[in-house]
Amino acid sequence: MSAPGAGGRKKVRVALPAHLRTLAKVDAGEVAVELTGPVTLRSVLEALEDRYPVLRGTIREYGTLQRRAFVRFFACQRDYSLDPPDILLPEQVASGAEPLLIVGAIAGG
Amino acid sequence: MSKVRVLVGTRKGAFVLTSDGKREKWEIAGPHFAGWEIFHVKGSKADPNRIYASQSSGWFGQIIQRSNDGGKTWETPGGESMPKPGEMPKASNKFVYDTTPGTGAPLTTHQWYDGTQHPWEFKRVWRLEPSLADPDAVYAGVEDAAVFKTTDGGRSWSEMPGLRGHGSGPKWQPGAGGMCLHTLILDPANPGRIYIAISAAGAFRTDDGGASWKPINQGLRSQYIPDQTAEVGHCVHHIAMHPSRPNTLYMQKHWDVMRTDDAGDSWREVSGNLPTDFGFVIDVHAHEPETIYVVPIKSDSEHMPLEGKLRVYRSRTGGDEWEPLTKGLPQKDCYVNVLREAMAVDSLDPCGVYFGTTGGQVYASNDAGDNWIAIAEHLPTVLSVEVQTLQ
Repeated sequence: MSAPGAGGRKKVRVALPAHLRTLAKVDAGEVAVELTGPVTLRSVLEALEDRYPVLRGTIREYGTLQRRAFVRFFACQRDYSLDPPDILLPEQVASGAEPLLIVGAIAGG
Repeated sequence: MSKVRVLVGTRKGAFVLTSDGKREKWEIAGPHFAGWEIFHVKGSKADPNRIYASQSSGWFGQIIQRSNDGGKTWETPGGESMPKPGEMPKASNKFVYDTTPGTGAPLTTHQWYDGTQHPWEFKRVWRLEPSLADPDAVYAGVEDAAVFKTTDGGRSWSEMPGLRGHGSGPKWQPGAGGMCLHTLILDPANPGRIYIAISAAGAFRTDDGGASWKPINQGLRSQYIPDQTAEVGHCVHHIAMHPSRPNTLYMQKHWDVMRTDDAGDSWREVSGNLPTDFGFVIDVHAHEPETIYVVPIKSDSEHMPLEGKLRVYRSRTGGDEWEPLTKGLPQKDCYVNVLREAMAVDSLDPCGVYFGTTGGQVYASNDAGDNWIAIAEHLPTVLSVEVQTLQ
């Protein structure tokens, strides 16, 4: 398996919340995206949006590419929501052993 | 045999209600986009099977949906999963204010609830108004207030920045529902003329296809702003027009029902004998331009019918003289609201009138309001109702 920062083609698993799975017309709880280069929040989200253009604007704001306020990112039991977009994700995510979790924050009732 | 299709947007999805021309038995299809807020669903007059829907979520933002088969199936134009080789994917969801030097307007500020200035922030599409002639052309009224337009069936959207660039923006302020551009009326006799209304800025008109706009609020009086007759700042809730008389508009303001006969240059109050002139919806009979409908609501602090009685009021004189319509509507213990986009008429004879409530009921009258039936009773909160009359 490739190291997070190394080259080569990687298949990264991404777990989507139910509403975004419906929007992207995927049945499974996870999707897989392929990318080359470092496995970062930015590169995974770009690969996800390239594969599913309908998700553009739903996770990151158009223009600023900032995370939408009620969306959170988790991987390997760590919260990456407030990290810079170019942070390297763990080797387990880059290797496909663990998914990047995109989660709708619980806000309100 | 004629057919009627009622397009209902709710807090938790869209529903399509259909009936034959008798409008007595109804079928309900949906929910489409279950769990998402559907602020507006509207069909194209040029192609009735082309329908657009505004789907939004506080979590995931704005989506535009499009149907080409009368609401049976839907797609996100520009959001296809695999664009054709060599084709750049577009994004139907992309609503970005135009601030480019060549065509746009600077992203100025508007007045916030506390009187301070606040930057423009896109929230959602409140209204989708398809062109009268081209099913691929649609106008969108959005929050924070602006007009966008697509000419490729929703694949891409561009702001018409002349409105936001009018210069009075720093005096616009959000109403309780946000600073929404909710009313967008195309003049069937004058392709360059469009009317819009914003809560709480007021009504505006363009005569040059959207390049420039002027406020049309003369005659409005609002007690909740420092200058009660100001050029802008009025909380207009909804405006309706009969297509045969495009210079006559009827307005349900926060308080007051108003009328203009000179395309908005001057307004006069026609609340007359209404028991309360607060409300949200207003609409015009399909064949009688002087017959109008409102649903009076108790007050701006109590959004519910007076005395627990859900009553539509009809004027056959273009305002001033009103009669309550109650047959078939709950006349006790009813405390629902009827939101601004939630009334519509069909074009059959007799004219059908429809409205939806925050309690999830959709009521219909197949005789111009004399009698009502509930054609849906347990939907989520109804945000919008539109009607298509199909031959």
